[in-house]
Amino acid sequence: MTGSPLPQAGVAAPASPAPRRLPVGSLIYAALSACAVFVAVSTPLNGYLLNILMQAATYAIAVIGLTVVLGLCGQINLAQAAFFGIGAYAVGLGTVDLGVNFWICLAAGLAAALVMGAFLGASTLRLGGHYLAMVTISFQQILTLVLVNWIPVTHGPDGVPRIQRPALFTDGQVYLGLCLAVLAVVAWVVWHMPRTRLGRAMRAVRDNELAAGVTGIDVYRTKVTAFAIGALLAGLGGGLFAGGFTYVSPDQFAFAESIVFLTMALLGGVGSPAGAVIGTGLLILIPEWLRFLKEIPGLYLAIYGLAVILIVVFMPEGIWGFLGDQVKRLRPRRPAPPRAGDLVLTQSAASAGPVLEVEALSKHFGGLKAVDEVSFTVTRGGIHALIGPNGSGKTTTLNVLSGLYKPTAGRVRLDGRDITHLPPHARAAAGLGRTFQNIRLFRSMSALENVVIGAERPGNEFAGADRATLQARARAALAFVGLEARAEEPVSAFSYGHQRLIEIARALAGNPSLLLLDEPAAGLNTSEKGALTGLLRRVAAKGVTILIIDHDMTLVSDVANHITVLNFGRRIADGVTATVLREPAVIEAYLGQDSAEPGAGRRDPGLRTDLHPA
Amino acid sequence: MDLVLQLLFTGIGIGAVYALVALGFVLIFRATNVVNFAQGEFSMVAAFLMVVFAVDLEWPYWLSFLIAIGGMALLGALFNLGVYYPLRHRTYLPVIISTIGASIFLANSTLALYGPQPQVLSPVFETQGFLVGPVFLDSQYLLIIAVTAVLVAFQYWFFEHTLIGKKLQATSQDKEMAALLGIPVAGMIMLTFVYSAVLGGIAGILVAPVLFVSIQMGATIALKAFAATIIGGFGDVTGAIIGGLALGIIETFGAAYVSVPYKDAFAFIVLVAFLVLRPQGLFGERIAEKA
Repeated sequence: MTGSPLPQAGVAAPASPAPRRLPVGSLIYAALSACAVFVAVSTPLNGYLLNILMQAATYAIAVIGLTVVLGLCGQINLAQAAFFGIGAYAVGLGTVDLGVNFWICLAAGLAAALVMGAFLGASTLRLGGHYLAMVTISFQQILTLVLVNWIPVTHGPDGVPRIQRPALFTDGQVYLGLCLAVLAVVAWVVWHMPRTRLGRAMRAVRDNELAAGVTGIDVYRTKVTAFAIGALLAGLGGGLFAGGFTYVSPDQFAFAESIVFLTMALLGGVGSPAGAVIGTGLLILIPEWLRFLKEIPGLYLAIYGLAVILIVVFMPEGIWGFLGDQVKRLRPRRPAPPRAGDLVLTQSAASAGPVLEVEALSKHFGGLKAVDEVSFTVTRGGIHALIGPNGSGKTTTLNVLSGLYKPTAGRVRLDGRDITHLPPHARAAAGLGRTFQNIRLFRSMSALENVVIGAERPGNEFAGADRATLQARARAALAFVGLEARAEEPVSAFSYGHQRLIEIARALAGNPSLLLLDEPAAGLNTSEKGALTGLLRRVAAKGVTILIIDHDMTLVSDVANHITVLNFGRRIADGVTATVLREPAVIEAYLGQDSAEPGAGRRDPGLRTDLHPA
Repeated sequence: MDLVLQLLFTGIGIGAVYALVALGFVLIFRATNVVNFAQGEFSMVAAFLMVVFAVDLEWPYWLSFLIAIGGMALLGALFNLGVYYPLRHRTYLPVIISTIGASIFLANSTLALYGPQPQVLSPVFETQGFLVGPVFLDSQYLLIIAVTAVLVAFQYWFFEHTLIGKKLQATSQDKEMAALLGIPVAGMIMLTFVYSAVLGGIAGILVAPVLFVSIQMGATIALKAFAATIIGGFGDVTGAIIGGLALGIIETFGAAYVSVPYKDAFAFIVLVAFLVLRPQGLFGERIAEKA
């Protein structure tokens, strides 16, 4: 499936190619940043103010690290101060004890923070967030223990004095200018991150890991990357901090400081580097104004702790998020952009081999054989239905096919390629698309962004890497399901039925060779079901092969040309629709036997069931 | 050999404390699907309450104990109302952050009220302990082991053989279904927090004479208890107990044979080793999220 891209972009070209926009915002930002650096360098500052600004600038870089890992990717990191400390001690020990050049030390500190971050993340991120929280706390405690106790190397509790600043930046204010410039660059990069491929992947992982996986995102790698970037930024902030204050000691990088970083990120708004800067600024200035609080040990951290709870409960988006909401409410909605082109999908050649071959597939949960040696073949083109009463193993089969469950035995081949042991994202890359019974969209994003992520499926030959092509393809997919006019709206604004259509559009945008639909008619009303029937026929007409699970026999018999029937995890029938539906075994499975065994432990008959377990 | 037996006894004693706190973790996790990062602070606060009443005010030990336990029950209830309940419909991340905030708040407001000096709480019994063969059995450690055993037995009886225990189990397995069956889910969760706070409190009071009573003890105990739950398998009661005992023993031997300053690091090493090699723990089974 990773064949060379087709000569034409694959999406019928939008009306006119958008002219390359001048990055006005970025230019203004660069000018403002340059002004800030100039002011910092040229205006005479007293030592007190210089220290506060230096602390704010270097802390803000570390807090922006939290924006990446916590805000964008939804993974917690309670060791940000430890990574900050790694950067700081690299600069401190390197310049003082080893006499190495500042820049080399800084680079070494960044590398150390990155490697430690990647290691911690890699060891923990396959598991739930609780593990990550506790492991990062542990790491934080260990680092403090090492800094205090490994005296020959770290100087112990006394810390490292007389740290060198780099040549040209020995003056405090010039050095502050350097820190501000670095902060400006970091903030710019992270500001633009959400709209990059990596950033979208992070947000998708944060919103819904399962859906991210089946749309082709390597969830684990994305999380480790986010975590490592977060650690790297902390190391950068820490390295600059060491040069700024020319002295480091273990207590500056203790667990309490990690909490301070976290509070800064949450207060300002964890979703944006602007929030990080606001939060850092406020939490450095406020304690300075309320210096008396520091006279009672513990009091100001107690207030931090309380602030964390209050922010999480009452202002989950932080100050920046709150402001952003107000701005959004005032801003008039933009007019709908030009009409999308036609959605192009790969026409399957009728002569080619089967799309999907399932051989003796089994999935056991302990003693329960949810799927028991099921075999079937999905031929190319057309709609294949997998049906069966409740508990017959349909959804389990689908989950094994898309890689969410590991099969107990058996083999699955897609386009002739063995995918039995591939993780979900690799199956997506191999050409598998799917939707979920209980809709799994990326809830914080617009309909368009959801579908763009679908279009980005690795191996999708119709989507270029550039934003315009991706967006055009996503719009075409939305237009195909009839929702293009509302592309920019957040998915939460759509009705249940429309959300289901967005999910289908997301899968279609990736141009899958096989589309798995898990009960697409569940929860839809009659007219929506009618529309769905039409949509499925149009998809099939475009040449995409569909494997559908549903309870709605009207829908199944209307659209499917081939049916496989499961009961109690075993295949009981397989063949052309009309034949299968006349099969006595199938009728028995659905309706029970002719009153021969009243109340024989069978489930409720399913022929007219629109009801299904939620 | 004598040293080995002595260390084993000490390890089991300290491990019993970790097991008690780990039980609190597991109970709250099963009821709410969230790890309570302030679980260790329950132990710390209870120990400080004992210091206030039994040491500073010189009230009788039993009375101070009752007050401390009553205080913990109240704290558990307030904790539920202030830290968990408002966030019960959100994802786990805000709840984690909120419990971390609570942990910081509890530790540092104790620091602000009581100052940074570590306090000493004398053991319950006058006799230090007695020699059995070559092993000195410290009376406080014996008490810890005995109380833990009783509490574990009580908990087993409570969950398996009382109606309210069954209701708690039902709540932890499926809140919606439990609510449909008329079980007051919010009340059950409240009860879980109260019980976990009391459990953590008892652990703190038991261990206080062995350690110093300090602000840091909460975080230290919580980390160990968390490692214990990982060893045992998350959400598994037996696992938490065995994990706690195992960690206590590992740590005691590590301190004796490897390094004292890095005693607290062993828990972390064991934690990461288990996460990498056997994340489901000794007894747990990983359950995949339903698609």
